[in-house]
Amino acid sequence: MGIDRRKFIKASGLAALGLVSAAPVRLFGQHDSNMVDTTTPASPPSDGKPLVGNRWAMIVDLKKCLHEEGCTDCVAACHLTHNVPKFDNPKDEIKWIWKEGFHGAFHELGHKHLEEHILHSHVPVMCNHCDSPPCVKVCPTQATWKREQDGIVMMDWHRCIGCRYCMAACPYGSRSFNWRDPRPHIDKIDPNFPTRERGVVEKCTFCDERLAVGKLPSCVEACKAKALVFGDLEDAESEVRALLAEHYTIRRKPGLGTNPEIYYIV
Amino acid sequence: MIEKALYGDKKYWGWLILLGAVIGVGTFFYLRQFSEGLGITGLSRDVTWGFYIAQFTFLVGVAASAVMVVLPYYLHNYKAFGKITILGEFLAIGSVTMCMLFIFVDMGQPFRILNVFLHPSPSSPMFWDTIALSGYLGINALVAAVTLSAERKAVAPPKWIKPIIILSIPWAVSIHTVTAFLYAGLVARPFWMTAVLAPRFLASAFAAGPALLILLCLLLKKLTKFDVGKEPIEKLAVITTYAMCINVFLVLMELFTGLYSDIPEHVSHFQYMFMGIGEHTFLMPWMWASIILAVFSLVMLLVPKLRRNHTVLAVASVAVFMSLWIDKGMGLIITGFVPNPMGAVVEYSPTMPEVMITLGVYAVGALLVTVLYKIALGVRRQLLDH
Ligand code: SF4
Ligand code: SF4
Repeated sequence: MGIDRRKFIKASGLAALGLVSAAPVRLFGQHDSNMVDTTTPASPPSDGKPLVGNRWAMIVDLKKCLHEEGCTDCVAACHLTHNVPKFDNPKDEIKWIWKEGFHGAFHELGHKHLEEHILHSHVPVMCNHCDSPPCVKVCPTQATWKREQDGIVMMDWHRCIGCRYCMAACPYGSRSFNWRDPRPHIDKIDPNFPTRERGVVEKCTFCDERLAVGKLPSCVEACKAKALVFGDLEDAESEVRALLAEHYTIRRKPGLGTNPEIYYIV
Repeated sequence: MIEKALYGDKKYWGWLILLGAVIGVGTFFYLRQFSEGLGITGLSRDVTWGFYIAQFTFLVGVAASAVMVVLPYYLHNYKAFGKITILGEFLAIGSVTMCMLFIFVDMGQPFRILNVFLHPSPSSPMFWDTIALSGYLGINALVAAVTLSAERKAVAPPKWIKPIIILSIPWAVSIHTVTAFLYAGLVARPFWMTAVLAPRFLASAFAAGPALLILLCLLLKKLTKFDVGKEPIEKLAVITTYAMCINVFLVLMELFTGLYSDIPEHVSHFQYMFMGIGEHTFLMPWMWASIILAVFSLVMLLVPKLRRNHTVLAVASVAVFMSLWIDKGMGLIITGFVPNPMGAVVEYSPTMPEVMITLGVYAVGALLVTVLYKIALGVRRQLLDH
């Protein structure tokens, strides 16, 4: 059954691709200008057409992010949209995006004489949608897989057997497990997004459900500092490419060869 | 043949009832875990595998160690092991069954476990481990049943079983190697990413398994009139000694590589294990106990005079078994997760329900081994009576 559903999803993705290529919409690049204005509001014209990319990626501009000290708007927005439960006991915690201490996020990069404000900062982290994701390799049931058309590392909550091998394999601690029934712990259930059940793994999915209806990921939309930028790496005109060309960026644990697709401007 | 398990004295039935009670308690807690979720365990976002998976890993070794009696007997025609090969094979059956139960109780969605076969994923070591384990269970069950029923009829086992017995030898090595591969290839866990993990697993298994078999043989001699004789026990003791030496040697190799290179991500795990990090010292006393037991057992085993004394040997075997159980059943899996990939130390210790479920699974294994041994000894006794 799962295979059928996946085939269906794939087929509808391709259909969408066909639709869009017939009427191309450029959402992130501005063709007519070489200068990319990174301060333009990131929310695209939400005309309901799916956002299509060949390799989605996210850029986190830490200069802007760290300016908003203590802000957790991205976390709140993501967790609200995706019915992520809140548990009092840290042991049961589930998180899709969160703020990690600089040392935790960039384990091998920091040193103790780093600028104070960086050393003690907290940077947003989430699933990196790795290009060679170890979590996908180890999953014994293909409940987690990399979407061919755009590189998003997806999860099928109905197929996951809860073995947590993916959690042992992810070098970024990006996955959470439903140790208990999550539903009683969701503040306000959004009926537009499925709630999960006990015993399965979950994580950030780059808001694939929003992309499908032409919306940007909710964290990107919620960031008042415009520190999060989402876009297609294979589109040479995209804002993410422009930012990568302009700034020095780092990634988490690059030496492992997982090729994370979240880039940080420092 | 099976009816042999139905006749026994008071002690036999008392033991079975005791095991049944432990299984009952374990089942009660499992049902609680089933309805509340794995939240009742000590596991967390940071330490995602714990006691269950550690027991599984340890018992795969006990299962694999059957090869230590099967190989000399069938490949080298070492006759002295004639009486104990069946005991080794039955022990393997009990252990593999426990392994499977431990995997089962660790699943978040146990009823979906068939997905491993419905949507096979050859890139996952877990897929191969499932195949290796079920295959090994099948092979051992078949071999034991066929050889034992031939023995009962006092005829030679059929010829076709021989290649299957030979196959069981590399298969036993493979189950522990594939289990090591579950861990050894993970970029996220430097503590497990070592080429000696599989050899180390095998060495420790070939010490722990025979040590347990020695204890079972000595126990059988005491409780029943079944005496395997001096020679096989002494041979098993020699095997345990060599395997334990190799195991300790491999552990020292790991310590050197980890500590001399001084790469923080490697050292921190060893530090957690043996010294604790900050106030997080849950494993420390256990690991030191394991070291002390290892050294203590080696002293007794390496001196032939001591080793030949069965009381000393029994003590040494308990020490070997406990030392290796702590090393794998407590240390290995937990330490892989502490510190976590972000360098934070989140500790884990098993909760009461977790321990009870674990005891329940061990009781299932003990029950299975008891009943199987009872059948095997029944067949032997019948032969003697005639
Ligand atoms: S960050 Fe972790 S969960 Fe996300 S794709 Fe990479 S390995 Fe998988
Ligand atoms: S927990 Fe679920 S998603 Fe993760 S490896 Fe196991 S089956 Fe796959």
